Amino acid sequence: MPHSVFEVRDLTKVYRTGQVEIHALRGVSLSLYAGELVVFLGPSGSGKSTLLNILGGLDTPTAGEVCFEDHAISELDDRGLTEYRRDHVGFVFQFYNLVPSLTARENVALVTEIARDPMRPEEALALVGLEDRMDHFPAELSGGEQQRVAIARAIAKRPEVLLCDEPTGALDSRTGVRVLEALFAVNRDLGTTTAIITHNAAIKAMANRVFYFGNGRIVETVVNATRAAPSTIEW
Amino acid sequence: MRALDRKLLRDIRRLWAQTLAIALVMASGIATLILATGTQRSLEESRAAYYDRNRFADVFATLVRAPVGVADRIAAVPGVARAEARTVRHALLDVPGMIEPATALLISMQDRQTQGLNVVHLRQGRFPEHGRFDEVVANEAFVNAHRFTLGSTFRANLNGRLRELRIVGIGLSPEFIYSIGPGDLMPDDRRFAVLWMSERALAALFDLTGAFNSLTLTLSRGANEASVIDEVDSLLRPYGGTGARGRKDQTSHAFIDAELTQLQAMARVMPPIFLLVAAFLVNITLARLIELEREQIGLLKAIGYQREQIALHYLKLVLLIGAVGILIGFAAGSLLGQSLTRLYGDFFKFPVLVFRNDPDVYIIAAAVACAAVTAGALRSVLQVLALSPAVAMQPPVPPRYSRLLPAWLTTSGLSQINIMAFRHMLRWPVRAGMTLLGLALAVGLLVTALLSFDSIEKMIDIAFNQTDRQHATLTFTKPAHPRAVQAVAQLPGVLRVEPMRDASVRLVNGPRSRKLGIMGKPEAMDLSRVLDLELTPVRLPKTGLVMGERVAEILDVKRGDLVDVEFLEGKRTTARVPVADIVRSYFGLVVLMDIDALNELLDEGPRVSSIHLTYDTASAKALFDAIKRTPAIGAVGLQRRALQKFQETIAQNINYMVTVYVTLAVIIAFGVVYNSARIQLSERARELASLRVLGFTRGEASRVLLTELAILTLLALPLGWLIGYGFGLLLIQSFSSDLYRAPFVIGRATYAKAALAVVAASMVSAMIVRRRIDRLDLVAVLKTRE
Repeated sequence: MPHSVFEVRDLTKVYRTGQVEIHALRGVSLSLYAGELVVFLGPSGSGKSTLLNILGGLDTPTAGEVCFEDHAISELDDRGLTEYRRDHVGFVFQFYNLVPSLTARENVALVTEIARDPMRPEEALALVGLEDRMDHFPAELSGGEQQRVAIARAIAKRPEVLLCDEPTGALDSRTGVRVLEALFAVNRDLGTTTAIITHNAAIKAMANRVFYFGNGRIVETVVNATRAAPSTIEW
Repeated sequence: MRALDRKLLRDIRRLWAQTLAIALVMASGIATLILATGTQRSLEESRAAYYDRNRFADVFATLVRAPVGVADRIAAVPGVARAEARTVRHALLDVPGMIEPATALLISMQDRQTQGLNVVHLRQGRFPEHGRFDEVVANEAFVNAHRFTLGSTFRANLNGRLRELRIVGIGLSPEFIYSIGPGDLMPDDRRFAVLWMSERALAALFDLTGAFNSLTLTLSRGANEASVIDEVDSLLRPYGGTGARGRKDQTSHAFIDAELTQLQAMARVMPPIFLLVAAFLVNITLARLIELEREQIGLLKAIGYQREQIALHYLKLVLLIGAVGILIGFAAGSLLGQSLTRLYGDFFKFPVLVFRNDPDVYIIAAAVACAAVTAGALRSVLQVLALSPAVAMQPPVPPRYSRLLPAWLTTSGLSQINIMAFRHMLRWPVRAGMTLLGLALAVGLLVTALLSFDSIEKMIDIAFNQTDRQHATLTFTKPAHPRAVQAVAQLPGVLRVEPMRDASVRLVNGPRSRKLGIMGKPEAMDLSRVLDLELTPVRLPKTGLVMGERVAEILDVKRGDLVDVEFLEGKRTTARVPVADIVRSYFGLVVLMDIDALNELLDEGPRVSSIHLTYDTASAKALFDAIKRTPAIGAVGLQRRALQKFQETIAQNINYMVTVYVTLAVIIAFGVVYNSARIQLSERARELASLRVLGFTRGEASRVLLTELAILTLLALPLGWLIGYGFGLLLIQSFSSDLYRAPFVIGRATYAKAALAVVAASMVSAMIVRRRIDRLDLVAVLKTRE
């Protein structure tokens, strides 16, 4: 049994906007194990993004505990969260969020310059199959290529976890698959614990485990006996 | 209210800080325009009205003595409307409570109160009674400086007789709007009085009954001043006329002219700078707003709004910003104008001087301001017109960056954050360039404002420590025998004496000529020296003239040339004299000669006109008492007192202007940096949020934005120094006249202070933006489509 990277206990998150209280998470508990790839599935507002943001140190819980490798990240202040993100977490978002004034290589270098034990930017880009497009600016890359640069940038620091929020949400099926392949390869070759949020049920086939979200809770957990290769996925 | 207009108001409220920053820059331009134009008009029109009402003369002549009949002949000269003969004399006053003597200019006043020209404006009391030796009207400034009232008395040495004079009236005259004592650099109301006395009494006191020694006249419409002056000169020549002068050479008139020129320069130079910067700020702010509202514009077009309606909506927005600026500018301009006019009121003695709030100035200012914001908005508004609804609903194409620069940058070990800053600047070079220019203008403005201090300090050093090192200068009522030098040396407390002879002349070189004074100084001049621009004392040759560069230019002569010297006094001899040397000097129209050589040319035997001296301050009272009793001394100049007065006056004036300019510069710097930073923040929020997610700290992420501003600010400093140097040079040249050349000095501290002020203003605006970066909602930013 691999050790657990995240231990989440009774996590609650309440947003207050004016008079209205929104219960985004209502007591979520789970463990994520080293090297596994999980998929969070569920409708909008079911709490999966809130959980991902808290796991990634972008947000803090209202109640409950989140431990990363025996450290309670739910207790960290802004500075501590920043260091946590810098050293341990890679993020991939739906809208890539590349720096338009930096080339692919430089976007990756942005991270390797501040990381403790990074790989070379070229190495990270090769992992996602972009060794030929390294000196292109984001505006010169397709959406799929941009997303793969974002993945290379996220993994270049050799993070323990890679958190992806709708990584294929803005892409067509063919390019989406190339992105999934890149994520799959990273998970397999580097052993990075990977969590992927998606609306797209087809993606669940490549996961070790799938968490179904509904109304701020995990309503079901499914363990895949066999994982499908991304190339076989279609939508 | 219509929905679009409601949106307009909400946009303004949301953008209030940027709106205010732009409005303040704009207000600075409007305020300077109103301030300068309003003050200029106040002075110009008050002066014109005063001249008109009190019949200020056009031409002024002095002479030794002529029978009154000569005045009638002058009145008959074609082109002369009215001529008036009078007696004018200098005299020393012994004023109660003042150790040092004051100098008075005594002017005869027509009897029976039928004044012809230069009518005295009586503030209080009455005119002196016919033939009364002891009654005077005194100028208001002198009265106020001594807290005199009607009936106050003081003593005057009138042609050797000490007489008690009583103030029966307090008055003002268009001849002395700016009243400055003989040889003084600044008005000193305690030490200089203008006293009007009954014509008959004054003439009798100075043995001029039935005669006159001063004549003023007005010209008839269309008369040629130069030819009238020539005619007057030839009529007065036999009577010791020293050459008539027009208004432009009348001290008071010339000083106000100089002030008007400066105000005019201010009105021309300052407002365009501010309006240009404001137009630029409007340009970048609106361009960004429209980029952010592309989809809304598309939507409005899609649902059937006309292109013009939408364009008008954005135009209204900038005009609203303009309106805020205009209102602040109106208020500030009017307040500053009033305070500057009050300041002028201390120097220029008008019966009334009020700030002119002419509506046309305000209308012009508002129109120019609206034109500036509209020009700034033009490009963006045209874009709105051109945008098709289908395109507008799509997100904008991501900006393309150039990889031109990185070849050397990327290899030079710059961090990616710095590369981002550089690429961003190169991507929007016009914006970066304008930001740079705006900041540089702020630095330049500060250098220009602060260099006044440097120049003044230098001028004080040159004038008081290096050139005129005497403590006092005694001027005789008429040239005295050199025995007088010995006599002055014997006065109590006198340490050293140095004689000076001056003579009015006309220098002629072919068709060119100029009336001025020649100073005769001893070869070993040591107290009052003449220095060249390197501040080395000028050596006087035994014969020949040493001429200031400016005079040489006017006469078109060079070293070795011969000029005709026509003396306008004494025996009115003439001579051809070689130009022995030409010097560059801070004090303008100087022509020097060895005192003995000058006396020889004048053919009156050895004579001195004035004596420079140093004295022991412990004996000041005894010395001044003796001077007050000496009838031959017509005027006393006191260097220390002059220095003190000079510093006070300058401090007051310069402090006012420097405060205004520094405020304006800080407004520009702040406005430019704040707006640039806010717009960048809006454009780059996603980038900054990405960096934060990648694990960059707040400080590191802010650096992306602040690095660019820091680079622009640093680049702006040398450019600003250069601009300041240029402005400064222009400013100093505008101050320089025939009378003196202001030294052009910019101390290192001035450059440093200007830089610090702008850096500080940039840092404050950067810090405000930094706080906004800190409050960025990372998740929200990253999950939205650009």
